[in-house]
Amino acid sequence: MAIAQSVLDIVLDECRRHHMETVDRIHLQVGALAAVVPEALTFCFQVVAQGTPAERAVLDIETVPVVVRCPLCGDLYEMEDRLDMCPRCGPVVSGLSLISGREMTVMSIEGRSKNEGA
Amino acid sequence: MVEIKVPVVRNILEVNERLAQENRKIFDEKKILVLNLMSSPGAGKTSVLERTAEALQGRYTIAVIEGDIQSSLDAERLQRKGVQAVQINTDGACHLDSNMVRIALESLQLDFVDLLVIENVGNLVCPAEFNLGEHHKVTILSVAEGDDKPAKYPLMFQISSVLLVNKIDLLPYLDCDLDVIHQRAKELNPLQHIFDISCRTGEGLEAWTAWLEAQIQEKKNLP
Repeated sequence: MAIAQSVLDIVLDECRRHHMETVDRIHLQVGALAAVVPEALTFCFQVVAQGTPAERAVLDIETVPVVVRCPLCGDLYEMEDRLDMCPRCGPVVSGLSLISGREMTVMSIEGRSKNEGA
Repeated sequence: MVEIKVPVVRNILEVNERLAQENRKIFDEKKILVLNLMSSPGAGKTSVLERTAEALQGRYTIAVIEGDIQSSLDAERLQRKGVQAVQINTDGACHLDSNMVRIALESLQLDFVDLLVIENVGNLVCPAEFNLGEHHKVTILSVAEGDDKPAKYPLMFQISSVLLVNKIDLLPYLDCDLDVIHQRAKELNPLQHIFDISCRTGEGLEAWTAWLEAQIQEKKNLP
């Protein structure tokens, strides 16, 4: 719920800044490790957005895969499971650095505005 | 009507992050050491707090922010120990965020407090995502939960500076390998301090409170 509210705060802020009357679509990137369930976020968003210009907005949630850097060979590889191994070096137990997979970002919003100059 | 698309690229947690920095500023100005205490339900957060309060009694003043989905049972338990405690009921939310902490701070007298403990909602997932402005995240894992927990909930163990492995008095009755917990936790965070404790027998608590005291002192002695 706190995440849905934060999304709404950002959207309404951008909405004012760009003089938008209604928001139709919100594009989000959410890392696979971010503990966000897209369906739950969509539902919570509908609840908090009621009565705002974003109440009919569609949430377009893109899941960002978990990508890590192997400490041995320096290669980047995608991890679907925590036990996935480096394709080159095999099992690596420590020192992996996370490149992506934990982000939660509002990427863009689409909507309609009355004045041309917006 | 004109259709427009606006690139935004803003971190959804930015508001939380900003408020966390503000909380941190308050803590640092008042020279209060602040812990964010996390665990699954029943691992012993409140018991650790009671034991810690007893150990530091008379030397340091402790305040507690209790996060619970419902009820004020824990806050009452601590108030009986003479600890200044305020309850936040999250009404269903599975974690505390920095705004809730900010609001709770208003009902605490922080001027003479040395240690503030924020007891997070019991679960090993969401609390790990939200920075509250604390100095240390402390995870409690009870041996009854099994030695596979660091492998299953890695983020929580990765981000915590301290791991308290509680209820070690139960080890003879369980198939839980303490070495596995230590090994996994160290893999996830090599700098983590690990203390094996039992709130029931008191075993291991001295090492934990000694570490904590050193941290409180360090904070108080800052210019």
